[in-house]
Amino acid sequence: MIQIRRVFTHLEEIRHEFGPVADVPLLRGAIGAVLTNPFAGRYEPDILPMMDALQDVGLDMAQRLLKAMSVPAERIETYGKGAIVGAAGELEHGALWHVPGGYAMRELLGWKGDRNAYAKGQAEEKTGQPANALSIVPSTKKVGGPGAALDVPLTHINASYVRSHFDAIEVRVPGAPSADEIVFILAMTTGPRIHARVGGLKAADISQWNGLR
Amino acid sequence: MPAKIRKIIVQTDEVRVEMGRDVQPPVRKALAMAVIENPCAGRYVENLDELIAIGEELGGLLGARCVQALGIEPGQAQSYGKAAIVGEAGELEHAAAILHPKLGAPLRVAVEKGAALVPSSKKMGGLGTAIDVPLGHKDAAYVRSHFDAMEARVADAPRANEIVVAVVVTDSGRPLPRVGGLTVSEIKGVDGLR
Repeated sequence: MIQIRRVFTHLEEIRHEFGPVADVPLLRGAIGAVLTNPFAGRYEPDILPMMDALQDVGLDMAQRLLKAMSVPAERIETYGKGAIVGAAGELEHGALWHVPGGYAMRELLGWKGDRNAYAKGQAEEKTGQPANALSIVPSTKKVGGPGAALDVPLTHINASYVRSHFDAIEVRVPGAPSADEIVFILAMTTGPRIHARVGGLKAADISQWNGLR
Repeated sequence: MPAKIRKIIVQTDEVRVEMGRDVQPPVRKALAMAVIENPCAGRYVENLDELIAIGEELGGLLGARCVQALGIEPGQAQSYGKAAIVGEAGELEHAAAILHPKLGAPLRVAVEKGAALVPSSKKMGGLGTAIDVPLGHKDAAYVRSHFDAMEARVADAPRANEIVVAVVVTDSGRPLPRVGGLTVSEIKGVDGLR
């Protein structure tokens, strides 16, 4: 069911955007795995087995991305995920990425939750800071042709409302996806927008540890 | 004056399967780009030495970033290429100044040897303009399996007063080469051609 045709990594080291030069550059990274879409060209009612099969793909991609970024997991402050489905597939095939893509990065970054509850979409009650990677992993998906660009949303790993960390990274793999392919994407960064200054909840003020604030 | 770099982008592309066939070992390319301020933007500058010096600086920096991204020893690099996209307040000659006089020497150090010409392309462009960086074998330009290209593009660059400078290094040729010509095993590597 799983055939990985191609793996594409993208790193950005941002020193400034015409404002003060950062002491430590912001690092943003994304990885795209180009997979054969086993459901291309037909309507398949039961696609859930692919979600399970993608778990290992997600974990491998998350580890590869972190390695490509050459930073310890503790420095990752935002994440996001996405999928681009080739023309012979349907949007729902991209939705298969929700659990394996999100889970992979959250486990890598220190999430201690219940994997089975997560797969069922069940929330958990927490008090204090129970771990890292508490936030839902923001996502987007589309059906697109070769070289289609996807703006992958990014939010803070512990509190979705941290305003300085709302961001997005454009990801595209030249030449993919062809009609029978899907590009699954993970993205992570080491910090807020390079010149963040529009107020709102700060990362230092996270207090509820519920993944939101 | 060293290059005023706003951002550096590094991409790797690893092809494992092509047309249903395993590519073993996978073919891998790395692209490194620097978005720099164009010190000659907005006016005609006769002497382009400043850009030539920037080219020399970036040849080493971007070549090393590519080799690092591939996780290889410099001597394992097989093909290379370079390109530049000049923002609209600059002129095409600015790309030539960066690419041609001095970028090649430090790039060749980064990939060890490099007898062959470094293939290049250049254009004027705006934000998100794509350029196809031509690739050729680093020691013998006529190696047919290594004629290739890699697309380079930065979503938010070049601004009008910026230049995107790109270098590509690979550790392999095309995924399933089968159109004949000079092969890697036949390289003499003396004149840069064969």
